Amino acid sequence: MAENARSSEGPYLRLTGIAKSFGRFQALHGIDLAIERGELVTFLGPSGCGKTTLLRIVAGLEAQDWGTIVQDGRDISRLPAIRRDYGIVFQSYALFPNLTIHANVAYGLVNRRKGRSEIERRVAELLKLVGLPDSGAKYPGQLSGGQQQRIALARALASAPGLLLLDEPLSALDALERLRLRGEIRALQQRLGVTTILVTHDQEEALSMADRIVVMNAGRIEQVGSPRAVYETPATPFAADFIGKINVLPGVAAGRDRVRVGGRALLLARNDLIEGSAVKLYLRPEDVVVHRDPATGQGAANTLAAQVAKVEFLGAFCVLGLAPEGTDFPALSANVPRHAVDAGGLEPGAHIAITLPPAALRILG
Amino acid sequence: MATAATASAPGPVAAGRVVRQALHWQERLALALLVACCAALAFFLLGPLFMILVKSVQDKDGAFVGLLQFRDYLGTPALRQSIFNTLGVALVVTGITIPLAFTFAYALTRSAMPGKAVFRVVGLTPILAPSLLAAISFIQWFGNQGLLKPLLGGTPVYGALGIVISSIYATFPHALMIILTALLLADGRLYEAAESLGTRTLRRFFTITLPGAKYGLVSAAMVVFSYTVSDFGIPKVIGGNFNVLAVDIYKQVIGQQNFNKGAVVSLILLLPVLVAFVVDWRMQGRQHAQFSARAVPYVARRKPWFDGAMFVYCTLVALLLLAVLGMAVYTSFIKLWPYDKSFSLRHYTFGLVDGGVIVSFFNSLRMAFVTALLGTMFIFGCAYLLEKTRGMPGTRALIRLLASIPMGVPGMVLGLGYILFFNHPDNPFNVLYHTLTILVLATVVHYYTSSHLTAVTALKSLDGEFESVSASLKVPFYKTFHRVTVPVCLPAILDIGRYLFVNAMVTISAVVFLYSPDTQLAAVAILNLDEAGEIGPAAAMATLIVVASASVCVLYALVTRVLLTRTQGWRRPAPGN
Repeated sequence: MAENARSSEGPYLRLTGIAKSFGRFQALHGIDLAIERGELVTFLGPSGCGKTTLLRIVAGLEAQDWGTIVQDGRDISRLPAIRRDYGIVFQSYALFPNLTIHANVAYGLVNRRKGRSEIERRVAELLKLVGLPDSGAKYPGQLSGGQQQRIALARALASAPGLLLLDEPLSALDALERLRLRGEIRALQQRLGVTTILVTHDQEEALSMADRIVVMNAGRIEQVGSPRAVYETPATPFAADFIGKINVLPGVAAGRDRVRVGGRALLLARNDLIEGSAVKLYLRPEDVVVHRDPATGQGAANTLAAQVAKVEFLGAFCVLGLAPEGTDFPALSANVPRHAVDAGGLEPGAHIAITLPPAALRILG
Repeated sequence: MATAATASAPGPVAAGRVVRQALHWQERLALALLVACCAALAFFLLGPLFMILVKSVQDKDGAFVGLLQFRDYLGTPALRQSIFNTLGVALVVTGITIPLAFTFAYALTRSAMPGKAVFRVVGLTPILAPSLLAAISFIQWFGNQGLLKPLLGGTPVYGALGIVISSIYATFPHALMIILTALLLADGRLYEAAESLGTRTLRRFFTITLPGAKYGLVSAAMVVFSYTVSDFGIPKVIGGNFNVLAVDIYKQVIGQQNFNKGAVVSLILLLPVLVAFVVDWRMQGRQHAQFSARAVPYVARRKPWFDGAMFVYCTLVALLLLAVLGMAVYTSFIKLWPYDKSFSLRHYTFGLVDGGVIVSFFNSLRMAFVTALLGTMFIFGCAYLLEKTRGMPGTRALIRLLASIPMGVPGMVLGLGYILFFNHPDNPFNVLYHTLTILVLATVVHYYTSSHLTAVTALKSLDGEFESVSASLKVPFYKTFHRVTVPVCLPAILDIGRYLFVNAMVTISAVVFLYSPDTQLAAVAILNLDEAGEIGPAAAMATLIVVASASVCVLYALVTRVLLTRTQGWRRPAPGN
């Protein structure tokens, strides 16, 4: 779809030192980022982290105070929005309510002095692409939210832009529609190979759709990486906490490879610690190994007795709230499959044993 | 350097410099139009007001005399009395109109009485007529030859009493509209919650209804107060020897040709109106936080006693309102009140047509039409540029300020400013003096604020990203303006047009100084006919104005309905959806 293969070397989009402030509020502090051709990158972060501002700067809808943007080998830093090459989809759909679906999708094509038959063909092709081939004569108000967002997507793709910008496109939809459209957008993007930036605050959306995730916080990039990398090896405490749930265990290094947490020494899969320094250990709940028999691995390294404080049912799996026994060890949570709870022995009050695998205990930042 | 590069060839961003986006020619065009709007508003609003300030500190020969004229004015007991008269009358009118209108609005929104639609329409009819109509009608009822004169027990209607009752009639619909809106915005969920807690009716009224309508009540009170202080037609016709500021300005300017004194009185008149305006403005700012998007409209349930009482009240008020309007219409169709009450068209044929006065009615129609057409285009276009384009925040703030000022400027003051400004030999626009154009300009400026707010509200309700989407699709902003913005805002645009038309038909205070023999307007003609004792033709002219205004309102209702059902089909969900 990206017809203008101008320069095949280097990243498709390169942001260098992008900074922006609104009055005294510094929204972005010098963002550097490179996005490869055909990639789907998500900007993920809490509201106010600057992700939408960054997207709007890429679109030219907002002007950065500092920094350069190079798209496909062309410096677009100072170009007004109307002279840049992108299609955009907003959370609110922003479909023109008084125009038919057909007129909405054709809106940008008509202005390019294309032939009538060519426009007809293109609109039909796009409506088919988003799975709504017969909706051309309807008005936006007559479609569901998910259908409207598909039309917005078709309109954004109509002129075959080199870059697709999606600003929280799924946030206004109900849960089921959101899941369905998530898959559709990703499939479409991969089929067309269009370089795409997706802004979202929904970690699950980011993990399931992205080639790479840019984790943002307070106007800065915390981490850039594949969904797996960001989840499994978060670069900072913020990234760890924002993406998925994580247990935090404050402690003191008791040797090059061990940390003392609440009277227990835990072994780590590293040996570069400085004895006596304060550290925080991070552990994903699903990495906690649960043993029904409280006698399991008595005295073994990283295994301790615990009592189940509560059980939270979340559908496919359950979260156990655990209170380790006999020490000042902090409370932590563990994910276990539902059938493991159904099998008994994990009710609130039950005494069990848990193992914290050395490889899963991380120190961040 | 980043700032020196042109739009066609933006240079690379130099390190260490703040980036400035190059402007596309379309963005330059939008900004140029925005600046032009701002300049026009400043010129046609601030220019005249500035001239009043200048004249007030000059003597007749143009020499600077400081505050001497103010001292002179305040030193004259008769003139000083005008200030107290004006404020006193306005306070009494406000004190009576607000409870009357509130009860009426309360009945329309909180009772389940029958005939609400009819009551609403009747309650708003006074808006269709110039304020002079009320004064003429009350003279017919209570004047020297009045049918109900004995009811007053010897108190003459000419004077404070006549001004008060006529002003109550004229201000009633303005208060009613504002209070109705405030009551309609009430959140039905609050009442449900109160009911589920067993709150008694009276307590519900004082804890939910009144606080909810508080801002609307204050706003209505300020509007009624300003209207009464500024109105010139009513005291001129029914005021007798009771002096008020608005008539003082007229006497100074028209009677004595003393523009400097007129300017002094104008500034004194401006003061209370400005105070009311500022109070209202600050209240409005606070009001917005009150409504939540999830508010549920209140639905009244049947309560026989309450509904019955409300029905009786509304019937009474409606009959009184119709009696005022009816008397004027009746007067226009009989030979000579009260001696010969036989039906006759002579006030129309002999009084208006043969006397050549009918021309002023056509002048009014033409002026109102042009005002509605050009005024709506300018006001909506300016509001669009203000809300939907980017850049020049300072200019935008200035436009917002300028657009809100006219509400706080009495028509007499604006009108006087217009003569002073456009009659000035050094003003290149002085060719406008004594033309229909200047009447149109003064009227558009006079009624700018409400129209502007209607436009801004409609524009704000559109998706804020339409312009961003258009830019991403490489579609010029003006194309989206005419393909999307205007069609979607059409109901609001028509509403502005109707508002301007009706007000242009009935206005007198802003135009009484500005007309020439060739551009005399209908409302001014009523004034002159009344001065000449020709009360029959004056009533006939007032009736014609009511008919014209009412026709436009009916036309507006019809067009809006057709639009909503046909061209705006997109507003309806699909059948079976």
